Amino acid sequence: MSFGQLPYDLAHLFGGAVLLLSFVLLYQRRISAVINAFATQGALLALAAAWQGYVQGAMGLYVTAAIAFGAKAVLIPLALHRLVRRFNLQRGVDPALGIGASMIAGVAFAGFALLVVLPATAGQRALAREDLALALSVVLLGGLMMITRRNLISQVIGLLSLENGLILAAVGVAGMPLVMELSTAALVLMLAVIAGVFALQMGESFQSLDTESLDTHRGEGE
Amino acid sequence: MSILTGLVTQLLHLALILALAPVLTGCVRWLKARLMGRRGPHPLQPWRDLLKLVKKRPVLAENASIISRAAPYVAVGVALLAAALVPSFARGMLLAPFADLLLIAGLLALGRFAMALAGMDVGTSFGGLGATREMAFAALAEPALVLAALIFAILAGTTHLDVIIGIFQEGALGLRVSLGFAAVALLAVAVAENARIPVDNPATHLELTMVHEAMILEASGRHLALWDFQASFRLTLWLALLAAVFLPFGMAAPGAGPVAWVLGLGVFIAKMAALAFALAVFESAIAKMRLFRVPEFLGAALLLGLLGAVFLFVSTGLS
Repeated sequence: MSFGQLPYDLAHLFGGAVLLLSFVLLYQRRISAVINAFATQGALLALAAAWQGYVQGAMGLYVTAAIAFGAKAVLIPLALHRLVRRFNLQRGVDPALGIGASMIAGVAFAGFALLVVLPATAGQRALAREDLALALSVVLLGGLMMITRRNLISQVIGLLSLENGLILAAVGVAGMPLVMELSTAALVLMLAVIAGVFALQMGESFQSLDTESLDTHRGEGE
Repeated sequence: MSILTGLVTQLLHLALILALAPVLTGCVRWLKARLMGRRGPHPLQPWRDLLKLVKKRPVLAENASIISRAAPYVAVGVALLAAALVPSFARGMLLAPFADLLLIAGLLALGRFAMALAGMDVGTSFGGLGATREMAFAALAEPALVLAALIFAILAGTTHLDVIIGIFQEGALGLRVSLGFAAVALLAVAVAENARIPVDNPATHLELTMVHEAMILEASGRHLALWDFQASFRLTLWLALLAAVFLPFGMAAPGAGPVAWVLGLGVFIAKMAALAFALAVFESAIAKMRLFRVPEFLGAALLLGLLGAVFLFVSTGLS
């Protein structure tokens, strides 16, 4: 149950790759590149889930992997690409916080996740703890992305990548019931649908997906 | 006996680097040309250019000082020394006890310093412009390299390249997330150090975007040959370093016989060819980034290195 054993090493590496993609999401400026990075993250998540299913011998995880791949690597990115084309949003992402500053904040969040998770799980396997820390970092980075981006599509992707972190944490735990995974998957699809409807409404009302244009209607920024 | 084999492998390694470096540059250019649908120059073309240039007298500006004369020799000497330290086909070379990652980083920095001075020496605006850009990038690339060295040091207990490779060769450490981060950071630094796309375009003389070429714009004849030579050494060094650390298999152990060397040589050439192909594909697939985005790119590499180090620090400290 330590380093040097292929099943755990690979699971660990997939977790690290998902975290790396979270940083790529923060780093990208163009909206289509953000969507592609999100699709890659979904595919990696599916790989991680499938690998865990193979290691744990749990058939349910294969279902999770299939859902993750179908929804997050194919369907949602395709839908987002259509939205982008429809509203002609090929321009930059227009971050509320600069790229460099958000990357620094991201690293700080990842370090914070480690500092929180490792003492709290003392006595467990080293790898399970680090995997949990990786997943928590992905969750925090998703939240960071929602805060630091003004564009609606980027905020939706932040939310979905936050959910990727939750799934990553869930698949690492042996014996997670399938019901949980199905319900989170359903939740994500609902989220995507609601975000899509919201984006359509907003695009038709304001001709842009910049959430800043909402501020005046909330009584702010007059 | 071990000193003798060390000496022989060191000499063979030096000969290999000397012969291979321009060919490697030529191979990358040729592969890129093929990928873009051109016929491309012969892979030996850099060698032909070098032999032609070496015979020519350098033309120096009237106000050129001793720096313009000395800098190419310093840069090429430093680059060759650094390349001699990075093992190619066998470990345990004569200079292996000095092959410290920090020393290699320092040698690379010294070469860059010489190049920046040469760029600024005659006072042309392009030279100064290239020098400032190079130094601005180096301010982020060098810490990223040092952080990668720190990650290796935490894992292997030393910054000594030969020992690190030996430990990685055994594979007892397994696949670590931190190593993955270090690999990404080192790849980004390697791209920046060798003035490749997306940081700099090695094939352009478009003044607004050039960095490396701007500094050696004034060089000619023998000096230009030396600058080209050192650029080839650097490329070889970086690819060899990446191959040695992250793909350590196939390298002959210290004290192994000639059979292991030949085997190691074959594996080394295969690894370099694969990396050159990957570089050519990467360069053909993406566009050069805007100059003001380069610090972001290198800053991301630096932060990834930092993240890997933090991960290791915290997990070794708390577990």
